[in-house]
Amino acid sequence: MCNCGKSSLSRTVEVEPLYSPMEGTIIRTVNMTDNEKFFEIELEGGRELGNLPGQFVQLSIFGIGEAPISVSSSPTKKNKNTFEICVRKAGVFTAALHGLSEGDKIGVRGPFGKPFPIDDLKGNDLIMVAGGLGIVPLRSLINFVIDKRRDFGEVTILLGCKQPKDRLFTEEIESWQRSTDINYACTVDRADPEWKGNVGVITTLIPGVDIDVNRTYAVVVGPPIMYKFVIQELVKKEMPDKQIILSLERRMKCGLGKCGHCQINGKYVCQDGPTFTYAEIKGLEEAL
Amino acid sequence: MRYVYLEKDNLGKFIDLLKKDRKVVGPVRKENQFVFAEIDSAEDLVLEYRPTILPPKKYFFPQKETLGSFKMGAVRMDKTAIDIEPTVIFAAHTCDIDGMECLEVVFYNDPADPYYKKRRKAITVIGYECMAPCDDCATCVTMDTHKPKAGYDIMITDIGERYILHINSQQGDELIDDNPIFKKDDESRIKSILKEVQKNKLSKFDAKLKADFRDLQGIFKKSFKSGVWEDVGKKCVSCGNCTAVCPTCYCFDVHDSVELDMSGGERKRVWDSCQLEEFAEVAGGENFREERSSRQKHRYYRKFDYPLDKYNKFFCTGCGRCTRTCMAGISLIETVNNLTKENKNV
Repeated sequence: MCNCGKSSLSRTVEVEPLYSPMEGTIIRTVNMTDNEKFFEIELEGGRELGNLPGQFVQLSIFGIGEAPISVSSSPTKKNKNTFEICVRKAGVFTAALHGLSEGDKIGVRGPFGKPFPIDDLKGNDLIMVAGGLGIVPLRSLINFVIDKRRDFGEVTILLGCKQPKDRLFTEEIESWQRSTDINYACTVDRADPEWKGNVGVITTLIPGVDIDVNRTYAVVVGPPIMYKFVIQELVKKEMPDKQIILSLERRMKCGLGKCGHCQINGKYVCQDGPTFTYAEIKGLEEAL
Repeated sequence: MRYVYLEKDNLGKFIDLLKKDRKVVGPVRKENQFVFAEIDSAEDLVLEYRPTILPPKKYFFPQKETLGSFKMGAVRMDKTAIDIEPTVIFAAHTCDIDGMECLEVVFYNDPADPYYKKRRKAITVIGYECMAPCDDCATCVTMDTHKPKAGYDIMITDIGERYILHINSQQGDELIDDNPIFKKDDESRIKSILKEVQKNKLSKFDAKLKADFRDLQGIFKKSFKSGVWEDVGKKCVSCGNCTAVCPTCYCFDVHDSVELDMSGGERKRVWDSCQLEEFAEVAGGENFREERSSRQKHRYYRKFDYPLDKYNKFFCTGCGRCTRTCMAGISLIETVNNLTKENKNV
C-alpha cells in the first residue's frame, strides 16, 4: 500500500499546547559579575507570578529552548507585577539569556515546585546558609523573612563564595549586614588585597553560631559539595535532620513530573522539591 | 454481548470490517523480527510473533511530537494541529496491553497530557492471547501479564478450531455489532470453554524469575547497594536501546527545531533515555548519575520499585524486549535472579 500522503481517514485536531509559556518582558537588567546577570521580568497584563520563596520557573527563548531557573525575589516585594532572577552564563540557553536586554520578551512557565516550608519556619530561629550561586534562590526567602521579620525568631545569614569579586547582590547584602536584627557573616575561599573579611570555606562560620536546636531551622542552598560539609557541621551541633532544609538543582524539561530528568530515586525534584528536608533525602544515594 | 465465536476463515472479513473506517496496524514480519505496521489485509499479519521491535507506544507517544509551533521572536506557542487517524491496534499481546496501561497512568496523572489523550482516544485495542511462551527472554509469568485482564476493547483467543472474542468495551461492542461473521451462543458456555483453554495453557508457561512478584519490590528495596549493579554497569555500553524498546519508558527531552529561513519553528518532545550519560547532568557539569552502573540501576528501579510507590503498579510488563535488544547481553532475568539470590543468602 502506498503510504505517501494522508489517508482519507485522517483528521486534524487542535491541541492547546500544555507547555505554552506566558509572555514576560525584561524591564531591568544588571550585570552583577562577569558571568552573572540579573533580570527583572514583568508578566503580560501586569499578572502576578504568584510564587513562594524557593520555587522556580521554566524560561523559554524560542529557537534556543527552555531551562529551569530559580526565582530570586520574594512575593513580599513592593512591586508585585514583576519577579527577579539572576543567571550564570553556563550553557547555550543561559548564554542566549545573557544576550537579552531591557524591553526584550521572554517566555515564562510556572511557578513550579514545593517552596521552602514557611509555616514550619515561622516562630523559629533561622540560619540561612548560601554558597556561591545558592544566594540566588535563598534571597527569595531572606527577603521574605526580612519583610515579615516579626514572624521569625533569631535570624542568621551565612554567605560564602570563591572570591570577593564573585559576590552577588552586594548592595542588598550590605543592608542585611547593617540590620541590627540579623546576624550576618561572610567568607571567601580566596581573598584579594582589599578584602578585610573572613577567609575560608563556609563551614568555618558554623561553629561560631549559637544554635538552640529546639527552635532552629537551617536553610542551606549551594553546590552539592557544599551540602555534604555544611550538613556535617549542623549535625555536629545536633541539629535534627528534619530541621535542615535544602534546595536541589536538576535540569527539568517539563516541570510536570513526566520527563524524568529531575528524578532522584523515586522523587521528582520539580514536584516533590526543589526544597527538601535533609530527613527526606538522607537515604537517597543520587540526591547530593 | 460479551463473548462470541469467530471462524478462522473469517479473520480476513473481520479485518476488512475494521478497515472500513479505521486504519489497522498489526504485527508483520520485518526480516527476522516483527514490527507493528499498517496492514492491508489479514494476509499481512503474523499472529504468532515474538514481541515486536517497538511496542505499540509509538502510536500514542510518538518518538517525536510537536508540542507547538512558534514565530521567531514570539513568546507564546500557536495551537498545534495534530493528525489523528482512528486506528485499531490488532493482535496486541497482553504484555503490551499492560504497557499501555502503565503509560495511561502516567500521562493521565495531573496535569494530563493533551497530546497523549487525543491520540489514545482514537485507538481501539484488539488483543491476541499468547497460548505459548514467545521465547526465553519474556518474564510475563512472574509479572502476571500472560493472561488477558483489562485494557482492551476486544481480546481474541485461539481455542484450536476457532477463535473466541471477549468484548470488553462499548467500542468493542459497536465494532462487532450484529455482523453475521460473529457467532453467538450461550454466553456462559463460551465463557467456560474459554476458561478451560486458558487454564490449560498455563502449564506451558514457566516462571523464569525465581522471585514471586509479591516479593520483587521488597528485594529491590534491599538491593540498592548490591554488587549486581556494578556487574551490570561493566557490561552496559550506554546505547539506550533498552529504554527505546521498553513499553513503559516515557522520558523525554524538549528541543526547538528552527526553519532554515529562521522565520519560526517547532518545539518538540523527543524520546530520551536515562541510560545516556548527559541525562542527569545540570548546568556547570555536575552529573547525578555519572556511572553506567547507577544509570542501569535507575532503569531497573523505575520498573520494580519507584512506580509501585507512585502509581501502585509494576512498570515491567515482562515482554523481554530490553534483554532481546541489548548489544552487551544484559539480561533482565539474570539481573533480577542475582538480586533474588543475594537476598536469600542474607
